[in-house]
Amino acid sequence: MNFYQDNEKLRFYLTHPLMEKIVGLKEQGYREAGQDSLAPIDFEDAIDNYDKVLEIVGELAGEVLEANAESVDHEGPHIIDNAIVYAEGTQKNHEAMTKAGLYGMSLPRKYKGLNFPYVPYVMAAEIVSRADAGFANIWGLQDCAETIYEFGSDELKDKYLPRISEGATCSMDLTEPDAGSDLQSVRLKATYNEQDGRWYLNGVKRFITNGDADIKLVLARSEEGSTDGRGLSYFLYDRTSKAVTIRRIENKLGIKGSPTAELVFTNAPAELVGERKLGLIKYVMSLMNGARLGVGAQSVGLAEAAYREALDYAKQREQFGKAIICFPQVYEMLSNMRAKIDGTRSLLYETTRFVDLSKIYNAISKERTLTAEERADMKTAQRNADMLTPMLKLFSSEYANQVAYDCIQIHGGSGFMKEYKCERLYRDARILSIYEGTSQLQVVAAIRFVGNGSYLKRMEEYDNMPLDDELKPMLEDIRAIKEQYVKLTSIMTAPSYPAELFDFNARNAVETAGYIIMSYLLLQDTNRCRCFKTSCENMITMAKAEVAKRLTLVETIGEDKINNYKM
Amino acid sequence: MITSKFQILVLAKQVPDTRNVEKDAMKEDGTINRAALPTIFNPDDLKALEMALEVKDRIQGARVTVVTMGPARAADIIRESLYRGADDGIVISDRKFAGSDTLATSYALATALKKFDNIKLVFSGRQAIDGDTAQVGPQTAEKLNMPQITYCETLEEVTEDSIVVKRRLDNGCETVKSHFPLLLTVHGNAADCRPRNAVRVISNKKVCSLSEAKERNLDINSLPDNIRTKIQEWTADDINADPSRLGFAGSPTKVKNIENVVLSKKENITLTDNENDIDILMKELIKSHIIG
Repeated sequence: MNFYQDNEKLRFYLTHPLMEKIVGLKEQGYREAGQDSLAPIDFEDAIDNYDKVLEIVGELAGEVLEANAESVDHEGPHIIDNAIVYAEGTQKNHEAMTKAGLYGMSLPRKYKGLNFPYVPYVMAAEIVSRADAGFANIWGLQDCAETIYEFGSDELKDKYLPRISEGATCSMDLTEPDAGSDLQSVRLKATYNEQDGRWYLNGVKRFITNGDADIKLVLARSEEGSTDGRGLSYFLYDRTSKAVTIRRIENKLGIKGSPTAELVFTNAPAELVGERKLGLIKYVMSLMNGARLGVGAQSVGLAEAAYREALDYAKQREQFGKAIICFPQVYEMLSNMRAKIDGTRSLLYETTRFVDLSKIYNAISKERTLTAEERADMKTAQRNADMLTPMLKLFSSEYANQVAYDCIQIHGGSGFMKEYKCERLYRDARILSIYEGTSQLQVVAAIRFVGNGSYLKRMEEYDNMPLDDELKPMLEDIRAIKEQYVKLTSIMTAPSYPAELFDFNARNAVETAGYIIMSYLLLQDTNRCRCFKTSCENMITMAKAEVAKRLTLVETIGEDKINNYKM
Repeated sequence: MITSKFQILVLAKQVPDTRNVEKDAMKEDGTINRAALPTIFNPDDLKALEMALEVKDRIQGARVTVVTMGPARAADIIRESLYRGADDGIVISDRKFAGSDTLATSYALATALKKFDNIKLVFSGRQAIDGDTAQVGPQTAEKLNMPQITYCETLEEVTEDSIVVKRRLDNGCETVKSHFPLLLTVHGNAADCRPRNAVRVISNKKVCSLSEAKERNLDINSLPDNIRTKIQEWTADDINADPSRLGFAGSPTKVKNIENVVLSKKENITLTDNENDIDILMKELIKSHIIG
């Protein structure tokens, strides 16, 4: 099995029209062609590189990761001599991915990376997640390299980035017992020692994914006496210093192969990343957006796995003399699963393209001054990435849970048994709407784009994109739903609308925007390939019903009714 | 051809993928319909490549060259090997080789290998999935007057002048040590080959042989060294082979007839849960030493 080659929709997004611009900028006009044997000579050559590397990812996911997933789930990691030892299957996965050179994919070639844009890198994450969502964390934490690359000193980059490309593992150590969603309360202390000119970390971190990683990025309080986010800085800790005790590994519901640890830092030497005091307010926010994109990929990958399991089973399982896929209630579930996956995948790669553009311009701006036009382009891309990332995280993770739930439902009693893969997918899915910011926090991040009209503006841009005549009726349908969104937001953004009620109804508003944006995106995809038409129509139908429901809620729940909900 | 002081050769074959055979896999006359079957790297040979690469990992300066005999498109095998860690390769290709049986093939391979004067190790898969003879490796060793270890499963130890391997045999396994030069055939139980490596794929994907360059209308001399020199093509003349020992002329094997054998169930017995049937089953299991 090859999880890249058996899913034509992936290559569809790899060849999106905007890719030519993204790749051209990423390779800075293919200026290294001929000098570096790894540098592509033109767009086609670059896409061919991505295609060939994704083929390796697809093969390893389909053959190695998938085969190990069950035993990894059963075995899990262990602590031996204050070190976390992965399950045997996880070790084999990591070894295979390292040998295949699949770490440091997005890093520049001078740091032994492949200099791939985010689109193929995120696609690889989706493919890996389809095989084993837990392993996707271990592999996907190479994302930490991006933070070091963007904000670290040259010395730090030269020292650590090539190691990450060669397979050194990473972790981002943010959460503490009293600082979860509220990271401003982080207490782990960083002290500067004047004598040896080094920083030392002391304190506890909790729920740290891949807690015993080779290279750790640690959020710590560097400013004594401070109490909020402005007193926090970001540090790099190298595992070889051996100054961290692993207190325990959590026993989790799902993603059991991915170790989640509680750690005690005792005079742990660390290096400052970037500038002091910017730890939370700049670096973690940036890292967090990357991580949310990663969860988006993880969610779509897991949902794809669950959908395929359900589809195969529904075709094979016969009841009342025919395959259960023939029954309306079953095929309805399957079609909606597919529409949800297609919708969120489209949103995933749309978001990724904007992340790519903004990151690439940012990298170029370190070399030369951007033109006014480029600066404007970068700003737009940045804003689009910021508004779509929480929407993606919200929808993809909730959908992954729904799809995994329906996957078990289609399996009936068998799905409840441990023998079937769907129960693992169901357990693995549960964390997706929690970590890297719960769904509720995604709403908090996204709601300002409802208030300031950014989502509406984005919808209007999709509305003006060229479209084949035969698809115009579908566009009319989406426009009608968009009017409902305008109505909903006009209620919520009225000056007299109470703040608490605004927060109460925020999720309804953000989700309404989400349904419409996914409908528009699938319509654009359908314009390029009719293979998306059914999913697009089903998404529009779903959007129509879901938006009507949300508008009703917003219209009905006013100042009087909110009291009914207060506990 | 650049050779190293620790030269390793891997004999590999491009074969039709007989693992996923469809209805049109055989022609009416009983021969293989090669057009209908995709070609793959012979599975045992991939394992041989892995063992060769494991030696290269442990011996500094070792060089792995893959040798394949077949049509020009067998250059695919060399590229696949480059993606996984080989240094370069040779396609032995000539119409004069057509119709070679194992004797003629091993003669051609042995003659080609004589062009290397410093071979330490030759690896080959135990057998190819299209012919299943397991003869080419041993015959090549005989012709080169080289000791051989067949059915290798694990590489235990290797130094600059000796190797220790574990052989898989019907009744157990055997650990064998040998000095160089040496030919080894690798068993299907050996470790899977390492995956293609992203960096190696990107830097070697354009590597081509002379005939591939011609086919794509490329001037081979204008191509950069790293693309031009990694796959060499050798003809019968290049290896100074005796034409009477090649192809049909050099192949004493004469195929009389090929039959398309369809396996059917012959000795199946349906057993129910009555005492008598269970008794029959128990006796059968005891007789075949599955239990008892």
